[in-house]
Amino acid sequence: MTTEPAAQTAGSAPSEPGGTGGGESPPSTSTSTGPRSKAKVSFADATFKNVTRLCGFLLLALMAAIALFLVLKATDALGDNKANFFTTETWFPNESGNPRFGIAALLFGTVVTAAVAMIIAVPVAVGIALYITNYAPRRVGDALGYIVDLLAAVPSVIYGLWGLAILAPHMNGTQLWLSQYLPWFPWTPLGGAILGLAFGLIRRAAPTGSSSVGTPITLGVVLGVVVSLIAGIADAPDDIGIFSTPSGQVGRSIFVAGIVLAIMVLPIVAAISREVFKQVPIAHKEAAFALGATRWEMIRTAVLPYGKPGVISASMLGLGRAMGETIAVALVLPASFGISVHFLEPAGNTIAANIANGFGDSNDTGRGALIASGLVLFIVTMLVNIAARAIIARRAEFSGAAS
Amino acid sequence: MATRIDIQGLNVFYGKFKAVAGVNLAIEPKNVTAFIGPSGCGKSTVLRTLNRMHEVIPGASVEGKVLLDGEDLYGAGVDPVNVRRQVGMVFQRPNPFPTMSIYENVVAGLKLNGTRKKSLLDTRVEESLRGANLWEEVKDRLGRPGAGLSGGQQQRLCIARAIAVEPQVLLMDEPCSALDPISTLAIEDLIAKLKSSYTIVIVTHNMQQASRVSDATAFFSLEATGQPGKLIEYDKTTKIFTSPTEKRTEDYISGRFG
Amino acid sequence: MSTLTAAPEGAPVTDKLRLHGNKLPAFALPVIAVVSVGVSLLLYFATPMDSEIQILLLSLLLFAAGQTIASSLIEGGRRARDRFATTLLIGAFLLAMVPLVAVLVTVISKGAARFDYDFFTHSMRGVSARDHGGGAYAAIIGTLEQIALASLIAVPFGVLVSIYLVEYGRGRISRTISFFVDVLTGLPSIIAGLFIYAFYLIVLGAPQTGFAGSLALIILMIPTVVRSSEEMLKLVPNELREASFALGVERWRTILKVVIPTALPGIVTGVMLAIARVAGETAPLLLTIFGNDSINNDPFSGHQSALPLYIFTEAQKPQSWAVDRAWSAALTLIIIVMLLNLIARFIARRTKV
Repeated sequence: MTTEPAAQTAGSAPSEPGGTGGGESPPSTSTSTGPRSKAKVSFADATFKNVTRLCGFLLLALMAAIALFLVLKATDALGDNKANFFTTETWFPNESGNPRFGIAALLFGTVVTAAVAMIIAVPVAVGIALYITNYAPRRVGDALGYIVDLLAAVPSVIYGLWGLAILAPHMNGTQLWLSQYLPWFPWTPLGGAILGLAFGLIRRAAPTGSSSVGTPITLGVVLGVVVSLIAGIADAPDDIGIFSTPSGQVGRSIFVAGIVLAIMVLPIVAAISREVFKQVPIAHKEAAFALGATRWEMIRTAVLPYGKPGVISASMLGLGRAMGETIAVALVLPASFGISVHFLEPAGNTIAANIANGFGDSNDTGRGALIASGLVLFIVTMLVNIAARAIIARRAEFSGAAS
Repeated sequence: MATRIDIQGLNVFYGKFKAVAGVNLAIEPKNVTAFIGPSGCGKSTVLRTLNRMHEVIPGASVEGKVLLDGEDLYGAGVDPVNVRRQVGMVFQRPNPFPTMSIYENVVAGLKLNGTRKKSLLDTRVEESLRGANLWEEVKDRLGRPGAGLSGGQQQRLCIARAIAVEPQVLLMDEPCSALDPISTLAIEDLIAKLKSSYTIVIVTHNMQQASRVSDATAFFSLEATGQPGKLIEYDKTTKIFTSPTEKRTEDYISGRFG
Repeated sequence: MSTLTAAPEGAPVTDKLRLHGNKLPAFALPVIAVVSVGVSLLLYFATPMDSEIQILLLSLLLFAAGQTIASSLIEGGRRARDRFATTLLIGAFLLAMVPLVAVLVTVISKGAARFDYDFFTHSMRGVSARDHGGGAYAAIIGTLEQIALASLIAVPFGVLVSIYLVEYGRGRISRTISFFVDVLTGLPSIIAGLFIYAFYLIVLGAPQTGFAGSLALIILMIPTVVRSSEEMLKLVPNELREASFALGVERWRTILKVVIPTALPGIVTGVMLAIARVAGETAPLLLTIFGNDSINNDPFSGHQSALPLYIFTEAQKPQSWAVDRAWSAALTLIIIVMLLNLIARFIARRTKV
């Protein structure tokens, strides 16, 4: 390559003059009417601004009020509690004189059902959104998008009803199969992934190595699944994995609740992700194609990074719905208290379901205890939000919105 | 390096609409060839058929041949992905990937092609950015977002990104139309420099630009809206701008229509 | 699968530019498909599976894997990854649509049983466990009134907040508001119910009414409205605002006359989604409106019923006719939500032009 002196002037070029491709708008009119001066803000203008700002502050006040009144109502009950609120697994707040209750089992159930739901729903939802926006022919994509929007609008109570009446009875076969043939799940795939990662990192450290660790990790996971499958066929001892069932029973389990939640959350995440992927500027997609990207590579270079913040917030919305979903979980889970890592056994409860089940026949302390558990749910969802925000903000300057 | 392009009997359709008809054109290697003509005459469309980018638009199709050193881009078994690897493209609006740093933008194409070695990537980044006359301005902030540069710098970043994969041909679709005059000048300097290594085809609305940067010029036009665009005249740039054979060419370059 | 390595046909005369890619021969995909179905059938008999869906799932996985391996051998890793991703995406799509469409089909077919005149003209007053009749009139009235009340407050409020955030908000305050909108978005619906219970019912001592339910729904609607209209306002190009300022139009008029109309279709769609969300909320109503078998047209006094609550209570009853009522109510609820959606789309399309 020839090395000539760099262009002398370009660096000092004024940034983005208009950007709208000159020629079309006559430049004279805008200057003749004069630029808007700050001093001339009229009364109406100021009023409008203040009204909108007031609404913003009211929203903050609402938020503060929610936190305040939950804390207020929770503290009495917490004061009466004779057990450790954070470590106790049982829930007996209504026994007069000796209320004992703890959040541990409920929180565990809430987090696990929501996690199962997200693990299933988010990848599938993103897949649906990608398929609709980048693979399906335009007309088909529009029609499918419409269907997904409609499904996202279906009230969650209906998914709950369906999950109860139709899905739960049909899940027993799958659950039995999983408990029989994937007994060591997820520990073997996880181990495989860790080994793969280690291998990839070692290879990267080598002077001639490639920097890709994705392939070894994938191979490790596949290997782990195969090992677990073989263990299952060989009837190896199995009370360590999350699919193992020492009691020999499967039923209305945390796993089923998670799947109901996943189906419920799926169209919501998919609908929002589709909206986000639709916004990806065609210019970025063309840039990727012009570099010789395959369709999938185009999606990885242009679509996914651009859509990431949107997908994260869509997932957060989904997570909020999954953690807070009350009715479906209340009906599916047997409302037992206790922490068990055997996700296929008929057991479990969540904070929201417990509130719905217990609110009617609680005394004052009991309701206070339920409010306290609600407060925990509130804090957990808030923490999740903060985490999501941090993820988005970390790369904010690289976000698509900047351009 | 650098490749000759032969366009033979090219028709382009958007669905049933025939956008371009019967284009025959031979583009010389290591030359700058400019496509000029009024809006809607199909010059950008023809440009996009040179690396099969028109296929990104649903319903677009092509008849005829485009030969790259004798090899038909539209022949059986030709993979558009491989074509675009050989024929790079720079667009009207600078379009660096907003989620990537300057460095990542330049190596985007290389990474797609499987180059992962850090040392090699580093070298290519410097070479490409120097090649695009941008190195001195950004060498201290390679980790900053590409979208944070000025418009002209962004466009040169896009050129650096395109040449990083060492294509044979560089297509430019009105690369300066969104830029101010100073940035435009920088890009034009760059084009003059790049033509020692690449076959360059540039679409431009700006006739001065065509006359400044190009060796050969193709003038496209159309009878009326709804009619397909056609190649009216193709010759050395000096010839087109001093003594064109066609009346329509003369009318256009002297500003009588379009 | 070594039989698949057929020589690429019609090899070019010269390919020094390497424009040609090796392609899987046409018979490869059918062969892989047959093999994967065969293997999953084999596995089906070796490790007894209970449902046919699992065969489908397994076949799909094997097909994706087989195709990827064949492709990476012949076409190279990049093509293979592309094929794998494509298959996976289409597979995910098809698999996900099965339960989702099944939900709609079930609701329609089961809901048809009690979808009759009586259902829409009668309440549950005096309907005993053994009675087959009864209807959702009271619940429908309750739901419509509660949603209307909630929208009446939440929509203007939410849009105003979003205007503040997009058009005026700078710095810390707007960042804080924006953050708490996100927090509210993730707020579990039962918390909204708990708050209204703790604040409105206990501290203020108000009775359980339809309006209490609306208050809980407002909390759930606001963030959805704010977020969606904020997104839509952001999409309005700045050039439009500048063009309006340049004509000497004041900022508030610009917002009301230029920005809002431009963003309106999107805002309306967002509002409809928000309404659809709260229309199906059961949990907060459980704590706030209490439910009522009789017709109560006044949302400001006395207990009210609501469709989601009606579904919940009827579905829990052991009698099959009660469950039928629940499905019919579910169908009614879906129809209401779909109607809202269609209206929104109609409005959106008309204003777009």
